[in-house]
Order: sequence, then C-alpha cells, then structure tokens
Amino acid sequence: MAQPSPQQVFAPWEDPNEKPLIEFRGVTKRFGDFTAIDDVSLSIFRREFFALLGPSGCGKTTLMRMLAGFEAPTEGTILLDGQDIAPVPPNKRAVNMMFQSYALFPHLSVWENIAFGLKRDRMEKDRIAQRVDEMLRLTRLEKFARRKPHQISGGQRQRVALARSLAKAPKLLLLDEPLGALDKKLRQDTQFELMDIQEKTGTTFVIVTHDQEEAMTVASRVAVMDEGRIIQVATPDVIYESPASVYVADFIGDVNIIEGRATPVPDDGEGRVNVAWAEGQPPIRGTTRRRFETGQKAWFAIRPEKIAITQDRPEDAANAVRGKVLDIAYLGNISTYHVELPTGHVVKAQTANTRRIARRAFTWEDEVWLSWTATAGVLLED
Amino acid sequence: MKRFSWFNATSLTLGFAFLYLPMIILIVYSFNASKLVTVWAGFSTRWYGELLRDEAFLDAAWVTLQVAVASSTIATVLGTMAAHVMVRAGRFWGRTLFSGMIYAPLVMPEVITGLSLLLLFINIGLDRGILTIILAHTTFSMCYVSVVVSSRLVSFDRSLEEAALDLGCSPFEAFRLVTLPIILPAVISGWLLAFTLSLDDLVIASFTAGPSATTLPIKIFSSIRLGVSPEINALSTILIAIVAAGVITASLVSKRAAVRQAAEEREAVRAPA
Repeated sequence: MAQPSPQQVFAPWEDPNEKPLIEFRGVTKRFGDFTAIDDVSLSIFRREFFALLGPSGCGKTTLMRMLAGFEAPTEGTILLDGQDIAPVPPNKRAVNMMFQSYALFPHLSVWENIAFGLKRDRMEKDRIAQRVDEMLRLTRLEKFARRKPHQISGGQRQRVALARSLAKAPKLLLLDEPLGALDKKLRQDTQFELMDIQEKTGTTFVIVTHDQEEAMTVASRVAVMDEGRIIQVATPDVIYESPASVYVADFIGDVNIIEGRATPVPDDGEGRVNVAWAEGQPPIRGTTRRRFETGQKAWFAIRPEKIAITQDRPEDAANAVRGKVLDIAYLGNISTYHVELPTGHVVKAQTANTRRIARRAFTWEDEVWLSWTATAGVLLED
Repeated sequence: MKRFSWFNATSLTLGFAFLYLPMIILIVYSFNASKLVTVWAGFSTRWYGELLRDEAFLDAAWVTLQVAVASSTIATVLGTMAAHVMVRAGRFWGRTLFSGMIYAPLVMPEVITGLSLLLLFINIGLDRGILTIILAHTTFSMCYVSVVVSSRLVSFDRSLEEAALDLGCSPFEAFRLVTLPIILPAVISGWLLAFTLSLDDLVIASFTAGPSATTLPIKIFSSIRLGVSPEINALSTILIAIVAAGVITASLVSKRAAVRQAAEEREAVRAPA
C-alpha cells in the first residue's frame, strides 16, 4: 500500500467507495436485564487509529470484547472484511488484543511471551525467531528478551504486551486502556510511540480509553460513547470544535454551557442566531448550521480559551459581558479565570501565560469584560 | 528493644512443651535398648534394625506408599478439574448445590464416609484390597485439593486465559500452557495435602482395607493393641523425620523463591526504561 502523500489527507471515512474493515450493524448486547450496547452501527476503516471514548460503564470495553470474540452480540452483526465474525471463536480470528492488565504470562520470558502466538500457528522455528527479533527491535526490548515479566519495569511490560499482540500481524489490533497503568510522563511518550508503531506496521488500531486527551492525541477518529450508545463519531478537532451534543461538549475538555432561547436572524444565509439567556442582558450572538425555531430551547457552548478577558469593554466585539473575578487557577502555561456575571452565571475564561513572571493583570474581585466573536461557540439542541 | 518477660517465656515454653513433648518422648524411647517401652536401659539403634527385618511392616509401608501416591494423584486431577469448573463456569442453575456437594465430604464424619464406601463396595461386588483403599482415599481427599486449587483460581487473572485464546490457543491448550503452569504451586500443595491425608488415614482405610492389603496406620494401630513395642517407636521416628524433612525443604524452597523474586522486582524498578 502506498504511503499517502503529505497533501493527501487520510480520511477513508469520507470516501463512499472505501470498504470498511469493521462494520457494526445494529449491534445490541444485553447481560440479563442490563443493556450494555444499544443498537450500535459503526464503520472502522483500514489503517485507522480509532478510539472508543467514554466514562467507565459506557460499553466501550464490551464493544471491544465483541471484536475479540469474548462476547457475542445479542442482536445485529459484526463484519470483519465483509464476513460475519459471530461464529468465529477468538482463537481463529485475525484480531489480537492488548489487555489492560497486559496479561503477560509470568512463567515465560519476554522472548517466549512474544513467540507464544507464533508457536500456536505451527510456524517454523527460525521464522519465529526472526519475527520475534523484529518485534523486539520495534519495541526496543532487545536487551530484555531473556527476562521474565516481573524482572522488567511497567513501561517495558507495556511494550512486551504490544509486541506480543503485534507479532501475529493481525488485521486489527485492539488496545484496552493500554496506557492506564503508566505515569503521566511515560504515558505521553508512549502515546507517540504507539502512533509511530501504528504508522510503521500499517495495522488498524482500535483503542478503548476513558482519557479524552489520550484519545485526541492518538486517534484518527474518536467515537464518544454514553450508556451503550455512540453519541458522535468524528475526527478529534471536529469533536472538540463542533460537538454534536451537550454531553460531548461537556465530556471533552473544559466548556461553558449557557442555556437560553434561540431567535434566528431571518434570511441572512450565514446561520446567525441570537440567544436570549438572561433578563436584561443583550442576547448572545452566534452562528450555527443547525436549524432553530424562534423560541426553541438552546445551549450555547463555548471553550474557555475562546473568551478574551479585558479591563475595558472591547470595541466591535460581537459579544461582551461584564463580570467580577471570582477565582484564578494558575496552571503554569495557562491561567483560568472564573468570572461571575451579574446574572449569577460563572464563566471560565483562559489566557495563555506567554510571558514569564508577568505581573498579573487581574486579581480577585476585579471588574472585567469578557468578550468573544460570533463564531467562537456552538449552539446545541437538546 | 524487646525486654525479657517471664510471662512470655513461660507461655512459650508451655506451648512448645504441649506440642512437642509427646513426640520427644517417642523419639527418645525409639533409641532405648530395653524391650520395655517405659524403662530406659541405654542407647541403641537395635529397633531400627529389627524394623527393617519385619516383613509385615515393610509390606504395610509399601501398600501405604502406593495408595498415597495413586490416590493423591487421581484426587489432584479430579479436584483441579472440579475447581476449574466451579470457578470458571460463572453462574448456572444449581451452582450453590454443586459447590456444597463438593465440599460436603470435608465436614462429613470419617466413620460415615468409610461405612458408606464399604456398603458400596460390597454392593457392587468389589473385593476389598489396595484398589478399594485408593478409591476411598481419592473420594475424600479430592475435596481438599479442590478447596486449595479453587482458592488460587479465584485470584487468577482471567485475562491471562483470554490472552492465550486471543493468541490462538484452543481452550484446552490455554489451560495446559498458561493456567496450569501458573497455578502449579497450588496444585502441588493440593497433591501434598492429599498425600499426607492418605498416609495417616486410619478410619476410612480400616473400613475399606481387606485381608490382602493393610496400610501402615492400620498395622500400627492393631499392633498397639498387643502392647507398645519399641519397633513402633522407631517406625514413628522415621515417619516424623520424613515429614519434617519434607516440610523444611518445602518452606526453604518457597522462601528462597520469594526472596529472589522480590530482589529481581527491585532491580527491575531501578533499571532505566
């Protein structure tokens, strides 16, 4: 398969001729009375790094275990390369999984752990050795081949688990919270390593995670899940900038959500909508591609970094409100201001601390102006 | 600093005396030159020599060993299978009843177990001998093995088995290549438990043994009724020595393995990634 040129963006999901590698068709899974997966339809394409993101108990792990073959769907079908995989047991699927606990065999050395799957395929001895060495090089574990799992560190164990699951060159690799057990710094390094390995091997990766930053970093597309349903499937930037619902906006990153009633500006073609949100306050001016009726309930969602904080009222700002600084959270690279409006709403605004030890412009109890443009936020329906 | 306390010293002495005084007396008198058990007449290893020339004792010891090895091996296989099913099968109808039935023989009086087995063997026309003792011992020691192994399986990370399946193992291969090697210490201690239970069982063996086969406990017990002979003391001393050697070896081996594992884990944490 040819490497896509830099200009050509990798987006097989936008190509109607592209056949998906995995297709969920109306899949439902029930455990007794409990519905873990509720009528999910989803397509995942070759070479994708696909993330299933959601809080614990949202069904993301069940979805993955159905791909591995440890659970069978109650209703619906799962197609892998156009074939129904329901009758195929886990040991016959061209799918491998990296487990959350790594599940390394404690009685086998690193080398034997990686060779385990290859030996099951009755592969020749020297080809096994060749493949294992290749995997050891890929994951930079050559020095540890003879060690047992308890003789290496957590980060190394994680790489052994990855090497073992990649050794059989599966069509699809499933990663169940692969970095959950690592500390933050190591986790960030490993995220880039994972992306690198995914690119080198060209394997399709499906990762399950509850860490939105991780999903945003590694994935080509993210599926946000809640209570067994898929709420939105999109690229990380679309998920962040144009969330499909209040749930998604709230789950991904920091957000201000203001409830109000929409009044579309008639016949303007740019989708301008005014949102009345509080008595005696000018309406929020925003734009949307959705259709709103006059008086329809709407939620205006805006990210804190898109709100400017100033001493004086900025001229020609589409939206400006006055408030009082309630709290300041200094995070090093950024500061978050909690500003209380006269209506009682508390709005978060963020500024980047681009200068070192700059005198803080605002402090507690200061009167400030918050402003944002007409396209800075999104308007969401129920 | 710990201070010496008369209370602690006294309770320690009393406790150990309570546990070991009978055995010490037995061991000391096994080296008694006199034929009378209660009169000390000087040091001698004479009774050990006599013991080795006593055909009846040697036969009984051989039967006991055969029964113990055979019954504990069969019990380990069956008990491990039962434990695997009980822990892995999840919820099914009658699960509590099944697990209760596996553990019931633990609390059943041995006399009842022995009697019921005797009645069974008579009814199916099985001649009492070494085979019936093996069957009887397998029956009651199986549940001990099952208890030991299932307590290990409960804490066993299920994803190890799933990983084996995921990498291409059939369910039986997954058990043989992954589960069994990992739970092996528990299986071995189950086997040892079954082995010792079989070695010292008197009640069930005396119900199920026939004239063709007598085990050592039965032999000892019946010869005691004719009076305690110094030979018995010698035999008991040998048994104590064997058991003590086994226990000390086992604990040294496992202690050393634990120390090495801990050292290697410390090393792994310190080594750069």
